[in-house]
Amino acid sequence: MNDLPINFEEILETLALQGGFNTNAVILGTTLLGIAAGVIGSFALLRKRSLTADALSHATLPGIAGAFLIATSMGYSGRSMPLLMLGAAITGILGVACIHLILHHSRLKEDAAIGIVLSVFFGIGIVLLSLVQTSSSGSGAGLNHYIYGQTAAMTRSDAAIMGTIGIVASIIALVMLKEFMVVCFNETFARSTGLPVWLIDSIMLGLVVLITVSGLQAVGLILIVAMIIIPPAAARFWTDRLWKLVLISALIGGLSGYAGASISALFPRKPAGAVIVLVAGSIFAISMLFAPTRGVLADTIRRLRLKLLIARDHVLESLYEIESDIEGARHPNASIMLIKLIAMRGWITTSNNTLALTEAGRIQGQRIHRNHKLWEQYLVSYADIAPTHVDWSVDQVEHVLTDELIAELEEALRVRGITIENGDPA
Amino acid sequence: MSSTTRPAVYSPRSTLDARPEHSADSPVSIHAMTVAYARKPVLWDVDYDAPSNALIAIVGPNGAGKSTLIKACLGLIPRAAGTVEFWGQSYKHARSRIGYVPQRESVDWDFPVSALDVVCMGRYRKIGWCRPVSKSHKLAAMEALDRVGMADFAKRQISQLSGGQQQRVFLARALTQEAELYFMDEPFAGVDAATERAIIDVLRELRSNGKTVIVVHHDLQTVPEYFDHVLLLNMRIVASGPVSEVFTADNLQKTYGGRLTLLAEAAEAVARAAKGS
Amino acid sequence: MIPDLIQTFLTLDLFPILAAIFAALSCGLLGNFLVLRKQSLMGDAISHAVLPGLVGAFLITQSRSPGIMFAGAAISALITVVLVEVIKRLGKVEPGAAMGVVFSVLFALGVFMLENASARSVDLDADCVLHGNLQTLFWTTSPTEWNHFLSASIKDEVPRQLWTLLGTTLAVIIFITVFFKELRIASFDAGIATVQGINAGFMHMALMTFVAIAAVASFEAVGSILVIAMLICPAATARLLTDRLITQILVSAVIALLTAIGGYALASWMGVNAAGMMASTAGAILVVVMIGSPSHGIIAKARNQRKLGNLVALEDILGSLYRLAETDEHTTRDRLIATLGFTNRTTKAMDRALADNLVKLVGTHLQLTQSGLAHGAAIIRKHRQWEGYLVDEAGFSPDHVHDTAEKLEHLIDPDLPNQHTDPHGKPIPPK
Repeated sequence: MNDLPINFEEILETLALQGGFNTNAVILGTTLLGIAAGVIGSFALLRKRSLTADALSHATLPGIAGAFLIATSMGYSGRSMPLLMLGAAITGILGVACIHLILHHSRLKEDAAIGIVLSVFFGIGIVLLSLVQTSSSGSGAGLNHYIYGQTAAMTRSDAAIMGTIGIVASIIALVMLKEFMVVCFNETFARSTGLPVWLIDSIMLGLVVLITVSGLQAVGLILIVAMIIIPPAAARFWTDRLWKLVLISALIGGLSGYAGASISALFPRKPAGAVIVLVAGSIFAISMLFAPTRGVLADTIRRLRLKLLIARDHVLESLYEIESDIEGARHPNASIMLIKLIAMRGWITTSNNTLALTEAGRIQGQRIHRNHKLWEQYLVSYADIAPTHVDWSVDQVEHVLTDELIAELEEALRVRGITIENGDPA
Repeated sequence: MSSTTRPAVYSPRSTLDARPEHSADSPVSIHAMTVAYARKPVLWDVDYDAPSNALIAIVGPNGAGKSTLIKACLGLIPRAAGTVEFWGQSYKHARSRIGYVPQRESVDWDFPVSALDVVCMGRYRKIGWCRPVSKSHKLAAMEALDRVGMADFAKRQISQLSGGQQQRVFLARALTQEAELYFMDEPFAGVDAATERAIIDVLRELRSNGKTVIVVHHDLQTVPEYFDHVLLLNMRIVASGPVSEVFTADNLQKTYGGRLTLLAEAAEAVARAAKGS
Repeated sequence: MIPDLIQTFLTLDLFPILAAIFAALSCGLLGNFLVLRKQSLMGDAISHAVLPGLVGAFLITQSRSPGIMFAGAAISALITVVLVEVIKRLGKVEPGAAMGVVFSVLFALGVFMLENASARSVDLDADCVLHGNLQTLFWTTSPTEWNHFLSASIKDEVPRQLWTLLGTTLAVIIFITVFFKELRIASFDAGIATVQGINAGFMHMALMTFVAIAAVASFEAVGSILVIAMLICPAATARLLTDRLITQILVSAVIALLTAIGGYALASWMGVNAAGMMASTAGAILVVVMIGSPSHGIIAKARNQRKLGNLVALEDILGSLYRLAETDEHTTRDRLIATLGFTNRTTKAMDRALADNLVKLVGTHLQLTQSGLAHGAAIIRKHRQWEGYLVDEAGFSPDHVHDTAEKLEHLIDPDLPNQHTDPHGKPIPPK
C-alpha cells in the first residue's frame, strides 16, 4: 500500500511537531483555528445560529472568485491570501444581510431564507469560478481548493495568519463572555438593562466570519461550518456550565484541528478538512453516547435505575401493607430477579416460598407507605394549587421525594391541620 | 406660519398639545401610547401615571396587551405613538433605577448556567463591559438568592430547578439590579405555594422600602390581597386606581366582557394599511 | 435532413436541458411542502449527505449501475433523516445544530471516501459533486434524419441519468397528486392530521423519502447545490405570489421550468457553469418576485401605502372643508394646505380635488361641490361615529379620541346606526 507513510518514526515526528517547518506551521495554525472555532461556536450554538453560519460559509465563494477576478483585471496577482479573505468576508456578511432582508421584507421563514442564500450565493460563486477558469488560463486553477480546503498548498505565512486570527478571535470571545452569555440566555432582559444587543450580535457574527474566512484554505468553505457546530454540540454533553462548555469545546476543536492536519500531512489523499470533521464527528458520537452528564448511556442507566428503584419500592410497600393488614393491600407483582435483588439487600426473606419483610425492610416499607400517603394527602388538601404538579403521577412522586421535599410537604399539611402518623391522616 | 394667522380650520395636531404633560413625581408616566405588534395595534392610546411606593397589578384577559404594556415601557418593542417617562426622565436616563422580570417561558432553561450565574446577570450593568464578575458582586447575588429562599440552590444548573424555583431565580436577578421601579411579567404563573409566598413577601418588602412594583397578574382572586393598585386592561385602559375603588364587578365585566369587535377589526385594518397589503 | 443548427442543439444541449428540467421539476414540486413545513434545510442536509452513499455503493460493488448508486444514496439519505431525529431527541441538541452535525460529518465522510477512491482512478470527482456534470451529457450519436426519432434504438441512446430523472419526476407528480390532501394537512398541522387519522409521522417520512429520491436522481446531473436551490427557491418564490397551495405548486413548477431553461441558456451564452447559473437564476427570479409581486411585493406594498396616503390627504381636505362649511367659515387654498402640514402630498391631493370637481374656487375661497360635500360628510360621519364608539364602548376619555378617530376614519367604517351626535356634541351627518 503506497497510502502509508514510510515508517513509524515519521508518524511520531509529525505528531510531535518535529516534521518539516512548513508542516509544523500548518498543524499549529489549524489547531489554533480549531480552538477558536470551538470557543466561538459555543456562542453560535447557544444563540441558535448554527445554520446561519452554514449559509455564511457557503456565501464566501462568490467573494473569493470575485476578489480574484477583480484583482487580476486590475493587473494584480489574484492569489494573495488576505485579498481573497477580504472578498470572502464581504460576501459572507452580505449573505447574512440577505437573510435578514428576506426575513424582514417577505413572508418567508428563517429556514427558507438560509437555504436560499446558501444555494444562490454558492451558485453565483460557481459561475464566477467557471469564469475564472475560462478567463485566466491556469493562474486561477487553485481557487477551487477553497471549497474543500487543501493544507498542502498552505505556506507558513498562511498558517501564521490563520493562527493569529484564531488567537485574537478567542481572546475577544473570552473577554466578552459575560455579554455573550446574557444575550444568548435572555435577550429581552439584556436589552432591558441597556445592553446594545445588535452590537453584541454583530461582534459574534464578526467572529464567526473571521473563523470562516481564515479556515477557508485549510478546511474549505463547505466543511468549516462543521468546526463551528460540532465541537460545542459535543461539549454540551459533558457539562452544564458555560465556561466549561467553552473550554471543552475549544479542546475538542483544537484536537480535531491537530489530528486532521497531522493525518493529512502524513498520508496522501487524506483531505484535512474532511479528516478534521470526521475526528470531530467521532468525538461527538462518543460524547453523545458516553458522556456522564448528558450522554445517552448515562441517561438510560439513570432511567433504568429509577425504574428498578420504583419497582423495589412497590414490592416493599405492598409487603408492608399486607403485613400491617392495611385495607386495599395487594400482593406484589415482581420478577424473581427483583425479589432476589431485594433479598440481597437484606430487606426481605424468601423462606418456605413466602415473602416476608425483615426488620430493616419493614422500616423501608413504612417509609414508602408514609410518603405515598403524604403526597396523596397533599394533593387532596391543596387541590387548588396542586394542579401545577399533576404531571407528577402519585405512583412516581413518592419514590423521588427528597428529604427536604418531605419536610416541606409535612409543613404544608401541618399548616392545614393535618398530620400523618404511620401513614394515616390524624 | 405664525399662530396668529392660524386659520379656523381644525388641525389634526391640536388635541395632542392639549393633553396633560407627564407627571414628574410618578415612577412611570405613560402618555398617549399606542403599541403595535407586527404593525397591528394591541394597545390603544394608553395614559397612565403610576403612583409611587405601591404594588400595582395589571389585569386583563388573554391578548389584552398586558405584557405588551410592560415591554413598550421598557423600550423592548417600539411604540407606534406616545411617550413614557420615569420620574420625569427618559428611559435611557432612568434605566439604572428600573428592574425587570421577564416571563419565565421566554428563555431556554436548558441553558448551561447555574442559578448564581443568572442572578449575577442583574449586576452586569454595574460591573461594566468586558470585566469579570467580582467577588463583591457574587456576594450581592448570593444575598438576593437568600432573600427569595434559594441560597441552597446557587450552584444548581437552572434546568434542575422546579418552575417556581426558576421564577425565584428571576426575581433574585431583578433584586440585584437594586432598582426603585420593578416590572414583573406574570411572576405568579404556574408556581407552587412556597414560591408564591416567597414572591409576595419580597414584593411587600420592596414596598416597605419605598419601591414601586408593577406586576402582570392573571389571578383575579388574589388581586385585593396582594396589591394596592390595579390597572384593568383590554386593548385600552378600562380603569385604574386603588384596588378598593377600581376592582369592582362592573369594571371587571367591562374588562372581561368580550373583545370589542369593532376595535379588533380596526386593529386588523391598521395592520393591513401599514403593511400595504 | 435535420439542419446543422438543430443538430448541434440535439448533440450538445438537448439532454442537459431535459435533465435540468426534470431535476428542477422534481425538486421544485417537493420543495413546496418543505418550505411550508419550515424544513427547507432538511433538503440541504439530505443533498449533502447522499454523497457517502453514492461513493460507498460504488466502492463496495465497483459498479456504476444506476440501481446500485441509487440504493446507496437513498440509504444514506434515510440515515440522515433518522440520525437528525435521534440526535435531536436523545441528545437534546437544538434542531439546527443536529442537522449541521449530521450533514457535515456525512459530507466529510463522502469527501474522504471520494479522495481515496479517486486514487484508484475513478471518474467521480469532488467538484462534480457540487455542480454536477450537466455539460457532459452529449448525444454522441445524435440523429441526422428526423425519422430517426421514431426508431427503436433511440431508447438506448438516451443516457440513463435522464431516464432516472424522468421516472423520478413522474413518481413525484403522482405522489403529490395522490397524497395532496394528506400532505397539505400534515404540513399545516400535524396534530389535526393525527386526530383525523392521517399519520403525520408517516407522511413526514414519505416526503423525506421522496426528497431523498429526487435529490439522488438529480445529484449526479446537476450537483448538490442546484438540488438545494431547486428544493427551496421555486417554492419560496411561488409562496410570495399566491396564498393558495394548489396555485403555489403550479406556479413553483412554472418557475422551476423557467429557472432550468433560462439558467441553461444564460450559461451557454456566457460560457459558464450551468448548474451555478441555474441557482443564480433561481435567486434572480426570487429577488424580482420579492420586489415586484403584485400581492406581496415590496413595490406593491409601497404603492398601496402611497395610494392610501394620497387618499388620506384628499379625505383630510374634504373633511376640513366640511367642518368649515358647518360653521359657515371659509379658507383659501394655500391656508388649507398650510394647516394640513404643507406636504407635497397635500398639494397634490388639492390639485386632484380641484380637477375631479370635488372642490371649486369661488374667488379665492375654496368651496365643496355637491359631490365633494357628500364625500366630506361621509368622512366626518365616520370620524364622529368612531369618536362616539371609542368613548361609549371602548372607554376612551372624550379628549383622547380625536387622533385615533382621525386615523381610523380612513380605514374602516364603523357603520353604527342611531347615533346623532359625537362625544363633543357635534352632529353626525346622516348617511
